[in-house]
Amino acid sequence: MFEIRFHGRGGQGAVTAANILAMAAFKEGYYAQSFPFFGVERRGAPVQAFTRLDEKPIDVRMNVYSPDAVIVLDPFLLDVVNVTEGLKEGGTIVINTSKKPSDYDFGYKVATVDATSIALAHKLGSSASPIVNTAILGAYSKAIKNVGIDNIMLAIKERAPAKKEENAMAAREAYEKTILGWEK
Amino acid sequence: MKTMLRGNESVAYAFKLARIDVFPMFPITPSTLVPEMISKFVANGELDAEFIPLDSEHSAISAAIGASLKGARVGTATASQGLALMHEILFIASGMRLPIVMGIGNRALSAPINIWCDHQDTIAQRDTGWLQFYAESNQEGLDLILMAFKISEDKRVLLPSMVGLDAFVLTHTMEPVDIPEQSKVDEFLGEFKPNYRILDTKNPATFGAFGSPRHYMEFKYAQHLAMQAASHVIDEVFEEFERKFGRKYSKITEEFTEDADIVFITMGSCTGTAREFIKMKRKEGKKIGLIKLTVFRPFPKDELRKALKGKKVVAVVDRNFSPGFGGAVYGEVLATMYGRDEPKIIDFIVGLGGRDITFDTFEKILEITEKGLEGSVEEINWIEVDKEAVEKEEMI
Repeated sequence: MFEIRFHGRGGQGAVTAANILAMAAFKEGYYAQSFPFFGVERRGAPVQAFTRLDEKPIDVRMNVYSPDAVIVLDPFLLDVVNVTEGLKEGGTIVINTSKKPSDYDFGYKVATVDATSIALAHKLGSSASPIVNTAILGAYSKAIKNVGIDNIMLAIKERAPAKKEENAMAAREAYEKTILGWEK
Repeated sequence: MKTMLRGNESVAYAFKLARIDVFPMFPITPSTLVPEMISKFVANGELDAEFIPLDSEHSAISAAIGASLKGARVGTATASQGLALMHEILFIASGMRLPIVMGIGNRALSAPINIWCDHQDTIAQRDTGWLQFYAESNQEGLDLILMAFKISEDKRVLLPSMVGLDAFVLTHTMEPVDIPEQSKVDEFLGEFKPNYRILDTKNPATFGAFGSPRHYMEFKYAQHLAMQAASHVIDEVFEEFERKFGRKYSKITEEFTEDADIVFITMGSCTGTAREFIKMKRKEGKKIGLIKLTVFRPFPKDELRKALKGKKVVAVVDRNFSPGFGGAVYGEVLATMYGRDEPKIIDFIVGLGGRDITFDTFEKILEITEKGLEGSVEEINWIEVDKEAVEKEEMI
């Protein structure tokens, strides 16, 4: 069982990212499950979403308390939310930021990608509210490796409500530009 | 076709596959996506149905009754306060013997205001004369809606059904679901042919007539017989479904019960977590079994009596409660097992208003249940409740 927690703000598409990742994992041959932090989502407020994947059917239906990976869609959340809460030892944090992994000291593996710039270059959202949820999935694929970028792109094209190609290409570009802090 | 669906999508696909004729609706969290998807199916020509938005759930279920009387296959979806608002009309649907099928996103009732999961909404409709099914997964949600039509429309039954999917835990969770082929569903369900139709000038009949003391009780007795018949029809339909689609259903599902001293009884989505918990505990040598209740009305008394024979302690996991008594499932199990020395039956109130049901929850349930093996324990146990805060009157 591999568990992923997404941190975003209401409106950034963290829930959709969790769903697309589950769909991509399903295409990859995994059993998958994704769900939002059950609640009332308000635009701008910190939100969470989760994906589980496993080689056997997933029966468990409680919240994710100790994820293997954490995906942060908005770097400003790092000051507001304890994103490493419950993260397993040796776990990975993927952050949308223009900074480098070496700028962080979480005691976990850190991967960074400037998903905001990539999203804007692909005309996804506006500078005030860029749509980074597809680009960040490219970074996930590069950092975590258990779901290939091809299936991420396929799932994006299936699920994205608009600009399917642009969203898929943003994921591809993010995949290529992600910096893995643990690889020298 | 196996694909990834949220629970609400499962329900919407099931209604589409059942080729419903009419879908009257009023949206409410967490089931809003169901009418949203049905409206899309209708708008883009995938489903030939009347989509009727109404001013309230009370009107939605009333419209469902009107459409069903004309012989239409009718579906709708709601939850919580919406289901509560339908309350008086639910009796009319069952009293008029209309096989309406309703998808529910099982959710708590106010006050305090809460949109999250428990079973209070449907449990509060226990005595309305509707069949009640509870899904463990999104696959079960889809399958049970299909089967509910076949059961409800059976001439021996002719009663409406509600199928519950836990709010958010299923309605908003995406997981693999096998969407059956339309042709196979068509074969399985066939067409709904009512005995009588309203406005049928060749065979005029009276509907919703006055039932004086001379006749009323016979109508209720007929409903009692229909519920008894439903118990057999459910078995038949479950078997036919398994033959056709390969997925097995039963009113109660027993797992690891053969050698078990302790048995957990669960209903809905927490069953999966309970199963995983029990698997872990069995590795430690603890003989725990699991019974999943899929059908709550008609209540599977015979099946439970058989399954619980020889068991020492039963932990009933109630995601609802009847103030002044305890959990509703507990009450039913207790009544079902009345007059038998064993097992000892203990009630656990958990997960109200969306509180997460975790391995820790089951650990606490097990701890008390094991004490129950030896000595006496509380009859009704509220798990993971901050009793201190309540005692300090902070919550009153």
